[in-house]
Amino acid sequence: MSDVISTDVVIIGAGPCGLFAIFELGLLDLKCHVIDILDRPGGQCAELYPEKPIYDIPALPLVTGADLTARLMEQAKPFKPQFHFNQMVTTLEKRGDNDFLLATDGGLQFAAKVVVIAAGGGSFQPKKPPIPGIEAYENGSVLYSVKKMEALRGKDILIVGGGDSALDWTNNLQPIAKSMTLLHRRDEFRAAPDSVNKMRELVAAGKMQLKIGQVTGLKGEGGVLSGATIKLADGTVEDVACNAMLPFFGLTMKLGPVAEWGLNLTENLIAVDTAKFETSVPGIFAVGDINTYPGKLKLILSGFHEAALMAQQAFRYVNPGERLMFQYTTSSTNLQRKLGVN
Amino acid sequence: MAKITFIQHDGSEISANGVAGMTVMETAVKNQVPGIDADCGGACACATCHVYVEPEWVEKAGARNPMEEDMLDFAFDVRENSRLSCQIKVTDALDGLRVKVPEKQF
Repeated sequence: MSDVISTDVVIIGAGPCGLFAIFELGLLDLKCHVIDILDRPGGQCAELYPEKPIYDIPALPLVTGADLTARLMEQAKPFKPQFHFNQMVTTLEKRGDNDFLLATDGGLQFAAKVVVIAAGGGSFQPKKPPIPGIEAYENGSVLYSVKKMEALRGKDILIVGGGDSALDWTNNLQPIAKSMTLLHRRDEFRAAPDSVNKMRELVAAGKMQLKIGQVTGLKGEGGVLSGATIKLADGTVEDVACNAMLPFFGLTMKLGPVAEWGLNLTENLIAVDTAKFETSVPGIFAVGDINTYPGKLKLILSGFHEAALMAQQAFRYVNPGERLMFQYTTSSTNLQRKLGVN
Repeated sequence: MAKITFIQHDGSEISANGVAGMTVMETAVKNQVPGIDADCGGACACATCHVYVEPEWVEKAGARNPMEEDMLDFAFDVRENSRLSCQIKVTDALDGLRVKVPEKQF
């Protein structure tokens, strides 16, 4: 078991509200560790719409998801947050008052006085194509991500998709595979041109196959895949022999483990009060899209407000009995020192 | 106003009134039509509002735009009449539009 990381606050989710929570908590001297299932900050702004303009952030008439993320990261920087990416928080356990233990699927453990759930629409998880009977093969033959390349050495691999993940893994796994087939619904790829070119070179050299079509069924026994039935673009149906299939259809949001932490939920959202944005468990807060209360609007600006109010109560839990003085960043030397501007 | 009918996977139908200028996806979400998830809220960034436009409406509903074509790579069982409903704008000409909702958006 790894060492337990101790901190004032663990923030679950590095989307805009999680990032702004670092700032608000930081002004009150609370130190944060931030955990996210994605490989970078930004949450939906990074994964779903990095290039799309957002028009309703106060004082920013137009900002893209990527820009907003970059600015929030800059704003949080003086408080030296510690990020843990590619990690999903699987368990959250209350050990005592202001004492929570969290564990991730990557084997990390955290002890925190306060937990802030800023998990948006839940955790991003790979989309699972609704191919009849696919569940039976998900314990080894059908993989939605590659954790260990070695496990795929010598396999007949079928990769499905046309984005960066599909093309990168096609090119990376081809040298160690017994055979490699890439299946995509059209002969055009949204992946980076470099990796598409590399794949086409491999095809031209006879080292792998490219097929244009879609999977309609799977074959195998006892959870071991032996082939996939595919419908080609011209309507013909054929079988591709494979004992490993990797479908890459992007990510979707699922509430995930949050549902099992004993918090009061309302229609799959975490119920909070509107003074502290605290859940039914004292010391666990929820801000942003994942919470609900009368009048809730799923707006980034609402999440910012929620984070500011949450921080006040979080301070009281971390520093019991200490007086909290309200200060403005425009005039407080103390706050400006924390921000590194005075 | 345009009447839009969403045919569920089990064959049942739900009709809703679409307002010109809104999208077919927004019409579905506003009327709580099951099967249109629209994770991204209409940014053409998730492919979870995938529908099959009934053959007689394909032409009127229009062609896919390039961004939509890319995003359909993330949908399952894409057919010739597949569209992302967030990319179909409701117009009076679409009064009577019929679309099928896939069994699962994922």
